[in-house]
Amino acid sequence: MRNLDLAYLALGAVLFSIGAFGVLYRRNSLVMIMCIELMLNAVNLTFVSFGSMLDDTAGQVIVFFVLVVAAAEVVVGLGLVVSVTRRKPTASADDITVLRG
Amino acid sequence: MENVVWLIPALPLTGFVLLLLFGKRMGEPAAGWVGTLMVGSSFVVSAVVFFWLRDQPEQTHTHSLFEWIPAGSFRVDVGYLLDPLSMAMVLFVTGVASLIHLYSIGYMHGDPRYPKFFLYLNLFVFSMLLLVLGDNLLLTFVGWEGVGACSYFLVSFWFEKETNAVAGKKAFITNRVGDWGFMVGTFATFFALGSITYEVFLPQASGLAQTAATFIVLMLFIGAIGKSAQIPLFIWLPDAMAGPTPVSALIHAATMVTAGVYLLCRISPMIVASYDWVPTLIAWIGVLTALLAAFIATSQYDIKRVLAYSTISQLGYMFLAVGVGAYWAAIFHMITHAFFKALLFLGAGSVIHGMHDEQDMRWMGALRKLMPITAAAFIVGALAISGVPPFSGFWSKDEILTYALQQNPALYAVGLFAALLTAYYMSREVFMVFYGDAKWSESLEAEEAARERAAAQAGGVESAEAAEATVEAEPAHSRFPKGFRPHESPWTMTVPLVVLAVLAATAGLLNLPFPDSWHFLEHWLEPSFALSDQAHLDYSDLTIVLLLVASTVVALIGITIGWLTFERRRLPVIEPEPLQDALYIDSSIAAFMGGPGTDLAEGAATVDAVGIDGTLNGVGRLTRWTAARVRVVQNGYVRVYALMVGAGSVLLVAFVLTRVLMWR
Repeated sequence: MRNLDLAYLALGAVLFSIGAFGVLYRRNSLVMIMCIELMLNAVNLTFVSFGSMLDDTAGQVIVFFVLVVAAAEVVVGLGLVVSVTRRKPTASADDITVLRG
Repeated sequence: MENVVWLIPALPLTGFVLLLLFGKRMGEPAAGWVGTLMVGSSFVVSAVVFFWLRDQPEQTHTHSLFEWIPAGSFRVDVGYLLDPLSMAMVLFVTGVASLIHLYSIGYMHGDPRYPKFFLYLNLFVFSMLLLVLGDNLLLTFVGWEGVGACSYFLVSFWFEKETNAVAGKKAFITNRVGDWGFMVGTFATFFALGSITYEVFLPQASGLAQTAATFIVLMLFIGAIGKSAQIPLFIWLPDAMAGPTPVSALIHAATMVTAGVYLLCRISPMIVASYDWVPTLIAWIGVLTALLAAFIATSQYDIKRVLAYSTISQLGYMFLAVGVGAYWAAIFHMITHAFFKALLFLGAGSVIHGMHDEQDMRWMGALRKLMPITAAAFIVGALAISGVPPFSGFWSKDEILTYALQQNPALYAVGLFAALLTAYYMSREVFMVFYGDAKWSESLEAEEAARERAAAQAGGVESAEAAEATVEAEPAHSRFPKGFRPHESPWTMTVPLVVLAVLAATAGLLNLPFPDSWHFLEHWLEPSFALSDQAHLDYSDLTIVLLLVASTVVALIGITIGWLTFERRRLPVIEPEPLQDALYIDSSIAAFMGGPGTDLAEGAATVDAVGIDGTLNGVGRLTRWTAARVRVVQNGYVRVYALMVGAGSVLLVAFVLTRVLMWR
């Protein structure tokens, strides 16, 4: 195992943690989506690293799937954000509590 | 020809729909004519089908019109079963019903709900035809409930009066008790034989365990008891007199009450397959009902109530016939009974119409001079029901009694005694209504005389006496308006009477006792009862003649007693209080249901409210209580959800890892 691989994995973990923290901490829904994207890409990075480490192309293949899903998710997520912002321009994620039990 | 059979029930249904949609616009008398025309054409179709069926080599036809309930192995089609039995029923149901419709055109004249009356009548006839023609128990049950519902509508037709509404409810609820038996019997039939189509399950009946067959027959018998007003469920029928008289005629003669007898005849292979005591039970219930109802009928004053009890009594004879295995004799008596009972009721209706809605026989008398057609027709009906030769009732009743004698002399003796009572109470009715003094005018004259005297001697010594006389005559005065004279009814009412009188007099020709080739009805019905193990007479012709003579003598004795009592006044009038009150059976049932019965029902209602509803509501309340505690988690903040997802996945990974490590 090369040190460079470990560094990639560590970078992935750090990016994922930053993304997770952002989702939990930030109120701006646009930023939250960006954080989710960050988490997804962190996972992608980890996949590629493992693929390289284990000499297996499956890790790279999965990344393509994740990218496609992420693209679809962004479309939906941005659409929601736009429509919420149209109704309430100043809305933060905490104002959208219609689904409260 | 087979493909017009569906028209028979469809025509009255069309009449019903037409009257439902346009009845009010048609008004009087167009609505009545539409209803009559529909039932009349149904009769014409039946007659055509009959002549076709007679020439067929195979006389049982089933045809499925469409699939109704396909549910796995349970499959019910809407279809008809046309065989000699249902054909005979259809013919007399539509025939008598058409005459009753025609009669109603005159009888209901001036009624504010005139179109609605014919609407119900058409629905009634449709239900009855469905009941008779249906090729399975469920379809029969639909018709069965249909006539029940229509009887409710029609008995309480003049619902403005409280007692009429109550009578309607009573008829309906008492019938429900029997319906329960019918339903359980249907379920049991499907459970035991896997089908409720007559053509399928009746031939299998002989292979059925005796206990199962007995259970099914007893349950269906309960249904028949309810519908055909036998002990102990006969209480609704006398009260059903509250309806307009054509309704009474329809319920009592052509439809409804004959349904129970029809059902027992239809399932007769099942009776054969059950224990031996089942037919005996049916016979005894029948003959005891015949006796009890005849006793009660001897002491009633209401012109229609006497006839109501006589219906119960005659239905008892039909059950007796079923019980002794003479199914075709039951049908024979049903047909003759349809003619003479419809005649009697329509005659009574004509009398009531002419007497301006007076029904108490004590206020009638001498009407034969004012209503000659009605009187003649009514007397023919009375002779027929009393069993005087050569009228129809004589032949049919005698057939039943002969079979009863062969089965058990005790049944014969009780039946014969009931026949004596029948002749007695019918002659009582005839003499009270059509002979004797005109009570309605006598009371009027006495009152007028009293008033004249009072005017002549005003202020005199005898004024007190005169005043007293006026007071005495007061009830008559309030009963009938001044110058009141009963009148003969219009032609729409008398024509049916005459037709029915002819039928009641000659229907015996359907089945004269001998020679054998004159047993038209018996031979006609034979295919329907091929599986039923019918009883056959072993008597010689001489014995049969002797029995005929015995029946005639009994009928004549009954009539003579009636004549001596009510015309000659040589014998004391026996009308004891218990018999006037129908042996208190009705009132004691009412007392029970009003007292302990109500408590029982309320107890059941409490169990329902507290126990069953409580359990269900409790489940709901528990769910809501739990949900109220749990819903706090769902607070609408995305970050909290995200945290939960994160924490959850951490826990999941931790769990898997520990398991994997332990496994190692």
